Amino acid sequence: MIDILKFRLGYGRQTVAWPDGPPRFPARFRGRPVLDPARCGDGCAACADACPTEAIRDAGRPSMAVDLGRCLFCPDCAAACPSGAIRLGHDHRLASRSREALVVSGDQPLLADALGAELRRTLGRSLKLRQVSAGGCNGCEAELNASGNIQFDAGRFGIQFVASPRHADGIVVTGPVSENMALALRKTWEAVPPPRVVIAVGACAISGGPFRGSPVVQDGAAPALNGVPVDLWIPGCPPHPITFLDGLLRLLGRLGPRDGAPAAPRT
Amino acid sequence: METPAISSRRAGDVLETWNGEAVDRAAIPVVPIARFRALVLGVLRAGGRLSALFGREEDGGVVLTAVLADDPEGRLGLVSARVGASYPALSSEAPAAQAFEREIAEQLGVVPEGHPWLKPLRFEPQRRAAPDAFGRKDPRATIPGEYPFFAVEGEEVHEVAVGPVHAGVIEPGHFRFQCHGERVFHLEIVLGYQHRGAEALLRGGPGRRSVAVAESIAGDTAVGHALAYVKGLESLAGATPPARALALRGVALELERVANHVGDLGALANDVGFLPTASYCGALRADFLNASAELCGSRFGRGLLVPGGVRFDLGAEEARALGARVRASWEKARAAASLLLEAPSARARFEGTGTVTREVAAELGLVGPAARASGLDRDVRRDHAFGIYRFVHVPVTTADSGDVLARALVRFLECERSVEFTAGQLEHLPGGDVGAAPGPLAPDALVVTLVEGWRGEIAHVAATDAAGRLATYKVKDPSFHNWMGLAMALRDGQISDFPLCNKSFNLSYAGHDL
Repeated sequence: MIDILKFRLGYGRQTVAWPDGPPRFPARFRGRPVLDPARCGDGCAACADACPTEAIRDAGRPSMAVDLGRCLFCPDCAAACPSGAIRLGHDHRLASRSREALVVSGDQPLLADALGAELRRTLGRSLKLRQVSAGGCNGCEAELNASGNIQFDAGRFGIQFVASPRHADGIVVTGPVSENMALALRKTWEAVPPPRVVIAVGACAISGGPFRGSPVVQDGAAPALNGVPVDLWIPGCPPHPITFLDGLLRLLGRLGPRDGAPAAPRT
Repeated sequence: METPAISSRRAGDVLETWNGEAVDRAAIPVVPIARFRALVLGVLRAGGRLSALFGREEDGGVVLTAVLADDPEGRLGLVSARVGASYPALSSEAPAAQAFEREIAEQLGVVPEGHPWLKPLRFEPQRRAAPDAFGRKDPRATIPGEYPFFAVEGEEVHEVAVGPVHAGVIEPGHFRFQCHGERVFHLEIVLGYQHRGAEALLRGGPGRRSVAVAESIAGDTAVGHALAYVKGLESLAGATPPARALALRGVALELERVANHVGDLGALANDVGFLPTASYCGALRADFLNASAELCGSRFGRGLLVPGGVRFDLGAEEARALGARVRASWEKARAAASLLLEAPSARARFEGTGTVTREVAAELGLVGPAARASGLDRDVRRDHAFGIYRFVHVPVTTADSGDVLARALVRFLECERSVEFTAGQLEHLPGGDVGAAPGPLAPDALVVTLVEGWRGEIAHVAATDAAGRLATYKVKDPSFHNWMGLAMALRDGQISDFPLCNKSFNLSYAGHDL
């Protein structure tokens, strides 16, 4: 017992300063892609040709855009680009309330809108979620688990994963939704009492990710839960725990536009 | 472009090869099924292992290929047999083949006659027009678990069904317990919920999506599977990555191992209510994930590996700093895990729980820490050394009690050795560059690549067609062997020990289901 207490004293506070301060990421962290089509060579589409998931639209043209719902945040596009017209930036804020808004261009921060005031009142200061892994590779699942550990401590915001859908305010879907999980996903959603939210986490749950087009997956939560609106999309492969929490806190209206913003770029 | 050297050494009816050596596909002996069976069973009886067994359609029929491993000699053997609608099962005499033969039956409609447990494995669509091997009316419409479960009958016997959606943030699978009171007579594990068609996406490649698919076979083993994939391509192209790339790959693979082991030591602590270690190790795991991110930007090592080398390099100062950081993180993690392993109350819960004897582990062909905890001295890094491990050895850790404590101790000691290796590499990285894209793949060639992932032996088998495209791609995650080990660990145990046993193995659902 003495040893445990001694260890505890030496261990100090582990919880990150975010969102009261800027989050700290490694220098090579890959956040939202930043586009500058003015630098594109004539007719060059090297980035789109290298992209594993066809996430880049109109490569080489002024309307060039990246679909974050498909993006794996891999280094392939930036490595293929000869002119620095596309690079992976440092902004961790990626979540959106609308699927269309995930198609980004230029260098604009993506900030998810809050739920309606009535629903927020119903939720109060807590958000209990039931997670359903539907073909998830355990990457997103690992980061969702990490969001609850003492570093990121989702519990301090009243956010918690619960064991039963009956106790939940919504579901968090990961994975491209394999054919073999489609029924279990639907049943879990049905078991959550309304009003309920649906949150799609990771490229797979948004678009099928690297498995898009495979005949044994349904290319994400929206097609699988046909007719059920998705309330929040959180891109990534997998999204960092802070990206996940940023999305949820904005959904709950707890973060202002400047709160939890990334630090000024390092030189 | 020069054609890479392709080996074809015959030893009796087996083509001899080693880890990561490209062979001429046509040189793999095709023997009658009776001879095939005798060969494979003979190797297993003599202490060899079945690293993979898979089938593919050829000229309307099915060809089975076995990858046999001779660990002490560091050799692999390949042998094939052509089969019709059925053949005498290997599993009736060699339990290590049970999952492989169910997979073949499901994919190709070939019945292994006399298989003691012939049930669908992952409920995937059949790859060839043939009657369903399990006699199902509408195989495409069935979902995992739609079959008669093994059931125990009698007074006070009861059944407990868990999953596919579990209480925590965990991948889906179904567990069916046959219990008498608290005592588990039998546990049947049904998987397949995670099937995403990964092998099919890799066939026809290499393509721009291939590495991302390989990284996603099991997201907690992104480096392990991606390494097996790129190693296969390099062998088929006759390319050897530079030493610096090999060292950085080793660093990434070991960081993945340590991150998972440290996280699981915390999770084991959580499952016995020993909260200090649970919360410290949960956070300390992040130190090793973040070390991967320092190297390549991803906490899971995604984007690091490319065919021919690695994409990211470290400056001398960065490498030294990262090495020092890994050592310092392990100092803290060691202290946190030691609190657990030295607490008599926690040890008492671990000792004698979920025991897998050495005999059972050998018969089932267990791999990785689960095998080593039952006294089986096997580790691909030493037995079939590849990449940097050919030059720098990581000592193998074993235990002999086969229980949760043994699995915890093996993982703890493996961290110690991995950290020593990782920091050592970072302090003395070889000079030079980190790789160049390999040329085209040799046509009509085949390669077996083995990697010791944190759960054990990963095996990928890649074979090209006449045009040098991947015609066959077989993936075997270590969990493929080890799920049956978990079922046996529970036999005659307490059902309330299931979470603890499960965590001590921490197997991959996605890696099994592909």
